Amino acid sequence: MHNRFRRIFTIVRKETIQLLRDRRTLIFILGLPMIELFLFAYAVTLSVNHIPTAVVDQSHDSRARDFINALQRSEYFDMKMVVANEQEIIQAIDSGQVKAGLVIPADFSAHIASGDANVLILLDGSDSFSVQSGYSAASAISQTYQLNLITEKVSKMGAGANSASSTLPVDTSFRVLYNPDMNDMIFVLPGIAAIILQVLAVGQSAMTVVRERELGTLEQIMVTPTRPIELMLGKLIPNMVLNLVVTVIILILGVFFFGMPFHGSVWLFFALAILFIISGIGLGLMISSVAKTQRQAQQMSMVLMLFSMLLTGVIYPRAPMPWIAQAIGSLIPLTYFIRISRGIITKGVGISLLWSDVVALIVYGVVVMIIASVSFKRRLD
Amino acid sequence: MTEIAISTRDLVKQFKTRSGKIIAVNQVNIDIPRGETFGLIGPDGAGKTTLTRVILGLLSRTHGQSSILGFDSMHDTYAIRERVGYIAQQFALPADLTVKENMEFFANIQGVSREDQKKRVPQLLEFAGLSEFTGRLAGQLSGGMKKKLALTCSLIHEPQVVMLDEPTLGVDPVSRREFWNLLGHLRAEKGLTICVCTPYMDEAERCNRVGLMYSGKLIASDTPRAIKSCIQGHLLEFKPHQFVPAQKLVTEMPGVLEVQTYGAMLHVFVEDVGLRKPEIEAVLTAQGISFEPLREIEVRMEEAFISLIHREAANHQERGAIATPLGKMGL
Repeated sequence: MHNRFRRIFTIVRKETIQLLRDRRTLIFILGLPMIELFLFAYAVTLSVNHIPTAVVDQSHDSRARDFINALQRSEYFDMKMVVANEQEIIQAIDSGQVKAGLVIPADFSAHIASGDANVLILLDGSDSFSVQSGYSAASAISQTYQLNLITEKVSKMGAGANSASSTLPVDTSFRVLYNPDMNDMIFVLPGIAAIILQVLAVGQSAMTVVRERELGTLEQIMVTPTRPIELMLGKLIPNMVLNLVVTVIILILGVFFFGMPFHGSVWLFFALAILFIISGIGLGLMISSVAKTQRQAQQMSMVLMLFSMLLTGVIYPRAPMPWIAQAIGSLIPLTYFIRISRGIITKGVGISLLWSDVVALIVYGVVVMIIASVSFKRRLD
Repeated sequence: MTEIAISTRDLVKQFKTRSGKIIAVNQVNIDIPRGETFGLIGPDGAGKTTLTRVILGLLSRTHGQSSILGFDSMHDTYAIRERVGYIAQQFALPADLTVKENMEFFANIQGVSREDQKKRVPQLLEFAGLSEFTGRLAGQLSGGMKKKLALTCSLIHEPQVVMLDEPTLGVDPVSRREFWNLLGHLRAEKGLTICVCTPYMDEAERCNRVGLMYSGKLIASDTPRAIKSCIQGHLLEFKPHQFVPAQKLVTEMPGVLEVQTYGAMLHVFVEDVGLRKPEIEAVLTAQGISFEPLREIEVRMEEAFISLIHREAANHQERGAIATPLGKMGL
């Protein structure tokens, strides 16, 4: 037993020395998550703010001004220019000066009083994000004014400005209600943090083993009395510390730079993050017993990353997926941790609501480590 | 009675590949007594590395028995690993650890106590001439120093047996000599049993006994002297100025047992020097082939080795087997 711990400690020490000595890789490992965080966070921000807008106010009364102000205050629309009629709006959209237009008909106050007020919103159809965000915001605001919102999508692509217009159905937007403070980034960040952690945990641990096999140092270690499980644990521990450092970096950036609110217990989050990291490293070690070269390991990690993005609920909800997609998703630790991460960070829930995912992660981690140790070949063939 | 350190009985190792089965080790029987230095020689692909790895338990065996110090290669793998030192063919110590860190790593992983380490590490470093380089990264050592470091790392737990797989491959002659002097000291001082795979014939001559492997089989196993003496005939060496026609001509002459090429030289085995030497000279002159004088030389391991392989390859072809290309040996 004493020898066993000593061997594990010896491997931990060796791995740590090697990790710290390879500065370039270390900087890469620590720096990449930050870059990823920025890229993901900005890329997945789907809503568009400050859409440049042209206004035609044919009413010139106080209710019309209220309504325009409401749109301006929402920060979704910037009233860039005042024009005379609908034609000029379309020209402005065509020339790219604005992406949206607003037409308030005459006698606006009177129509509101009688309950049959109309407002026309024109949106640049060539920019789908602007259309969606603008439509959502405008319809939400219109509802408070009990207006009938008439929306037209203007395509900049078409030659005739009028020909490409279509009328969107007037509807309540669920999007705005779902994310009332209209900040996608805050909602997406806990998921991104989890993805970054998994990519690092799986990739790094798979690499350390496969690289040693390629270099031949593994053979030299295999002829010592080291048991596979000792080698696995020796590789797991320094990698886990590294991953925890990255977790701290991501959380600090998320909270202090992106303003992500952290509602739950930080300690609970870290405890469960450790569990998640162990599962990820186990998965990486499993990959290392299949992959023969670093390139293969890298490719397998990429496939895992793709599945993780699509099937674990980071971007798309899992519930509507076909059972086979859900089943594949269940084999990825991220599926469980994404719910834990969002639960703790965004909703502030405690372990009582997360226990099923926690149990799943524990089982997952244990099973994966056992498979990794067993499938790690004691021999070279 | 001498104790046997390494033993194999009808050992077979088969690899399955997509194109079929390859028998890398074929019915090999070896007994290496304690304290002996045994050299495994043979062309590339003969199965030396595979045999070493199977004996160490790094590869599974297909049939037969193998053991080190009485421990079975497959079942008592960890008992073997505590008592045996090994240097893989490819230098494979972590290159990003220093000399000292490498030694400490292997010492700790082999469970060598701190007191023993304090004593042994400086001793081994001194012995290998690495004392000045303790802080240098293993990857930045010269080829010869790397091999010496590998040797010291494999000796840190004071093994009773070391298995070295081409330990001096790619090392300059001076470093090779030093390395073998180190091995000689170890054998003399500690009674270490050494099993070494080598492509170098001068190294083979330094062994107590050599085993010659050819396409998976052990085709000879004896002292270097005995192996050399089993070669029939006497050896004539000369340098013809028209190499190819001379070789063809001499090979077909009566009384010539075998012709080997040696650089720009021809090595001709004849049954009777006094009779055949003038004959060869006469035939060459008659054909207008000029040459530097023929002289009789002593058969070395190299000639014996090539002769044995020629013989085995001929047997092989008679049996309808496909001859293995003997790339590295220049045959």
